[in-house]
Amino acid sequence: MAFKRVPQKFTATVNEVTIGTGDKAITLGGENVLPLYSFDAPITNKARVGVQITDAGYDKTVPALAAYYAGAETIADIAKKASEMPGADFVVLSLEGADPNGEDKSVEECVALAKEVAAAIDCPLAIQGSKNVEKDAVLFDKLAEALQGKNVLMVSCKTENYKTVSASAAIAYSQKISAESAVDINLAKQLNVLISQMGVKAESYVMNVGAAAAGYGFEYVASTLDRVRGAALTQDDAMLQMPIITPVCDEAWSVKESIVSEEDLPEWGARETRGVQMEVATAAACLAGGSNAVILRHPESVKTIAALIADLT
Amino acid sequence: MALKGLDIFKLTPKTNCKECGNPTCMAFSMKVAQGAVGIEKCPYMSEEAKATLNEANAPAMKTLKFGAGETEKTLGGETVLFRHDKTFVSQSVFGVNVCAGCFDERIAEVEKVSYDRIGEHMYTEALNLKFSGDKAAYLELVKKAMGHGRALILECTCVETAAAALEICAAEKPILNGATPENYKEMTELAQKNGVLLGISAGDLDALYDTAAAVEALGYKDLVLDVTGATAKDTYANAIQVRRAALKDKDRTFGYPSIVNVAKVAAGDATMQTALASMFVLKYGSIILMDSMTYAQALPLFGLRQNIFTDPQKPMKVEPGIYALNGADENSPCVTTVDFALTYFIVSGELERSGVPCNLIISDAGGYSVLTAWAAGKFSAGTIAKSFKELDIEGKIKNRTLIIPGKAAVLKGELEEQLPGWTIVVAPNEATGLVKFMKDYK
Repeated sequence: MAFKRVPQKFTATVNEVTIGTGDKAITLGGENVLPLYSFDAPITNKARVGVQITDAGYDKTVPALAAYYAGAETIADIAKKASEMPGADFVVLSLEGADPNGEDKSVEECVALAKEVAAAIDCPLAIQGSKNVEKDAVLFDKLAEALQGKNVLMVSCKTENYKTVSASAAIAYSQKISAESAVDINLAKQLNVLISQMGVKAESYVMNVGAAAAGYGFEYVASTLDRVRGAALTQDDAMLQMPIITPVCDEAWSVKESIVSEEDLPEWGARETRGVQMEVATAAACLAGGSNAVILRHPESVKTIAALIADLT
Repeated sequence: MALKGLDIFKLTPKTNCKECGNPTCMAFSMKVAQGAVGIEKCPYMSEEAKATLNEANAPAMKTLKFGAGETEKTLGGETVLFRHDKTFVSQSVFGVNVCAGCFDERIAEVEKVSYDRIGEHMYTEALNLKFSGDKAAYLELVKKAMGHGRALILECTCVETAAAALEICAAEKPILNGATPENYKEMTELAQKNGVLLGISAGDLDALYDTAAAVEALGYKDLVLDVTGATAKDTYANAIQVRRAALKDKDRTFGYPSIVNVAKVAAGDATMQTALASMFVLKYGSIILMDSMTYAQALPLFGLRQNIFTDPQKPMKVEPGIYALNGADENSPCVTTVDFALTYFIVSGELERSGVPCNLIISDAGGYSVLTAWAAGKFSAGTIAKSFKELDIEGKIKNRTLIIPGKAAVLKGELEEQLPGWTIVVAPNEATGLVKFMKDYK
């Protein structure tokens, strides 16, 4: 008696959202099976890897990053190198320096940086805001205007600023936006409903349902991802069928394991190796939960996760 | 498929004799269906009926143990495919592959990793002993591997060698991962004789299924399925399909724990092994084998496992106490928050990022977040003052500044009354504001 296979192929599918233009444009989502269950049905679009750079360039305290970006002086050079990193599908510019509680870089300065980055690369671009909701509302508006026609993904709007970001970036300037909620299926759904009520079409937005580094409450992330994908496919819930983007590196590189120096904890070994393993383990877990795109920093993580996706798709 | 109360009722004598301690046969049947009492409590149940019931109510996935004494680990017994449906019960066991030529080097690396995290001791729990074709060398390896405080897996398809190895280490209750479609009869006999779990591997899922069924037909059901395939993709597909068949489609032949050897599909690439191991923590690897487990790999993987195998209904708690951060001493200011593990990690992480020395004081708040604990009266001026006494803060710390969470700002006045001599400072609402707050405060 042979093993009886019972594939779980759903009639519902995850929405498709395209970012970028031309040959290198990428499409996220589209699958009608659970994450990477290619044995149930072919996966329409493979998951994608974004390489993050910041308004300040890159993290110079990480040796391999310093080595990889060596010689790149301007933000345009850095962006170009990021786009050429083996395994990279798109570039992510994080404007963390725009945070009013930090460096508070002006909107004009950020827009100028983003234009330089967009001009330097031929792959799709995503832009992460300052994480300050008031600043981001203005920032995404001006960025969307300045980058018209580039089909850029704005990561992310929240409950506090979705109205401005939807009306401006998504509708007026036809860019793509991401809806960010804090690790809770109900909050995710609520924000998606609100954005759709603003008139943003399903093919114009993705969602970031929250992230955590492995070991730091990842059970909430795992269960949120499981439940969101479950609702999208088994219950055909149109308000949870957006592709999922997860900024893994922001979490992975800010926990103790990735920060503490080797001098402080010699038995833990090199800080960089710890950061890479944390980034890779977290990204792999997010992909197993259903992320359609992950944002990473380190060349080794990018290479490994891109190979993992290729192996499993 | 588990029987319902009514189905069980049909098998009872229906005399309401009360000898089982229940008022009626119906009441008894309902309890049996819930698993609250065993069927053997009814003295009038026929052997045939008992057999039917035991068979029907057996769990979809067997719970098995391997290792002996301190190294003993529990595998399987899972009832759901997603942890939010109930909970995952048996943590994935991590093991490192060792061979005759590489044992000394690898065990030295493995033994370096040993630490505690949220009340759990973290280390690599198993060693997978690979047979390379040389019997004498393998037996030496078995002898060496014993006594390192780790459960053993014998990956050996040679019946003669396996028999000799078991003579040495059967008392340690290793897993004999050696049955194949070709040798399963001899291997089953060997496992049965030694009372150890039998691991089965085969070229594909169909062959694995047939071999498992054949071993079951021989009367042996203490099995583990090695689902490692030729590629990462096959392995992922196998692990998921085996577990899904057992739990969703109730196919008992696949109702056993799994072994996944990620080193076989990502040889020489430690980072890829980490990535795959991480996926198999979520997707159904009962035993996950790798070629190394350094601190860099262990920290995220063990942390992830600890997260995933928590009961969704019980919050993770950290021990109340004084956590000195950034080299804090008795003159550094105090910061307090609740004992909910997630809160602790976020707050301590941000405090560490600030680089400002401080004493983080955790009091028992029932494992709730700040607002929930406050609303439930488990994080109040009274509870904080009480734990200050219990932890002897005033005796241990000279500084008299206490920083409290912004969300519990209402406690400031009361705390000033309950902790005379202390200056109470209110931190921002969100942990993300802590770095700036601490730097400015300093």
